Amino acid sequence: MDMPAKEMEEHLLLPISLPTKGAGGKTGSWRVFRPVIIEEKCVKCMMCWMYCPEAAIEVKSRKEVPKINYDYCKGCLICMEVCPVKAIKSEREG
Amino acid sequence: MRMEIRDVITGNDAAAWGARLSRVEVIAAYPITPQTTIVEKLSEWVDKGEFDARFIAVESEHSAMSAIIGASAAGARAFTATSSQGLLYMMEMVSWAAGARTPVVTAIVNRALGPPWNIWTDQTDALMARDAGWIQFWASNNQEVLDSIIQAYRVAEDKHVILPAMVMLGGFVLSHTAMPVVIHDQEKVDEYLPPYDPPHYVLNPKISKPFAYGNILFPWDYAKVRLAIQKAMENAVDVIKKAAKEFHEIFGIWHGDLIKEAYTDGAEIVIMGLGEVAEQAEATVEHLRQNGLKVGVVKVRVTRPFPKREIAKIADNVSHVIVIDRNISFGWGGILAGEVKATLHEYNVDTPVTAKIMGIGGDDILPEHIEKIVKELIK
Repeated sequence: MDMPAKEMEEHLLLPISLPTKGAGGKTGSWRVFRPVIIEEKCVKCMMCWMYCPEAAIEVKSRKEVPKINYDYCKGCLICMEVCPVKAIKSEREG
Repeated sequence: MRMEIRDVITGNDAAAWGARLSRVEVIAAYPITPQTTIVEKLSEWVDKGEFDARFIAVESEHSAMSAIIGASAAGARAFTATSSQGLLYMMEMVSWAAGARTPVVTAIVNRALGPPWNIWTDQTDALMARDAGWIQFWASNNQEVLDSIIQAYRVAEDKHVILPAMVMLGGFVLSHTAMPVVIHDQEKVDEYLPPYDPPHYVLNPKISKPFAYGNILFPWDYAKVRLAIQKAMENAVDVIKKAAKEFHEIFGIWHGDLIKEAYTDGAEIVIMGLGEVAEQAEATVEHLRQNGLKVGVVKVRVTRPFPKREIAKIADNVSHVIVIDRNISFGWGGILAGEVKATLHEYNVDTPVTAKIMGIGGDDILPEHIEKIVKELIK
């Protein structure tokens, strides 16, 4: 770069952000319906983990039932829709 | 290396050649009349392996613009083309391209907006993108179409600018009309237009980390970012002049810079217009001059940044200005006429302006129509 940063900034100012966990706050408070995994029905196919648009479903190992991170789950219920064995139910938030 | 060719080609082929000679790396486009043959030509070349670029067939103009914004942000030189309704569908991302400072180039083949459905030329489509933060070039013949695309990349990618640019050509009157065109030697174009090297670190994939662009900014910071676009547009005035001058030095062709004057020496009346409208006015004035009428023409080649100083200076030296618009802003009138009037007010020039709207929806603007306006003024 042969242009001083100060001069560049006058006509080329760009807002950027580096992705971090929860940069937008705890979006779990937006939830109207809470998805709940019924552990005994779950076949651990991980479809819910793959489809979650917020990456709010955590998988530690393929042998364990996934866990929903309620700090960030917005309650869209896509996981419930894609679950092939209906192992996710929804509950209204109080 | 391929040598210069002289050929008779359409405006759309000239646009495709402009992109090819600029060595664009990514093309994403969706067909729409009368733009279709630009991307057909490019996809044919890519398919045959004659032209080394990635062609992305998308499902809409909105996606076409999104794809080239992504390509540009990743450091590639990217191109698309559209018309009319396609541009309107693209518009959300058109505004985004400027805000994201991706110096992409788009050919806009001017076409009337519907309804009523009409495929012929009309400038209102591109003028709807006037306030989007894009540099706007208007080509008045096929050679200028080809050359303006090359110049547009030069200007858009300049480190003082970094804004997208669009190059307009009239639907059918240029897009489907064959004219003699010089297709330049690739080596000369390479000398004029080196490969794209993003000067802003965040968009330079070689040194940046993955990042998100477009996050929320509160009013004060937002205003600073938008002001930077205005500053870049102001910088573009001199960059366009330099780009036109150097183009002339290398290729020996002069299309004007922000404007092109014809017969303005000693003129008492000047006619102003965009693209092929100005070309027609020039042909008419050539004839009027032979009959002793002191008339000149100013082709307004660039509408953003608007050549305020240049237009005010010319208007100050004449007794009357005529502006011909092949476009309309409903409830106002001709868009170029409005810009010219505002410019003259800003520069305290009191030359009267006659505003005419002609050729809407592709209706012919004939020399006798232009002659009639001039003769009514002289009477």
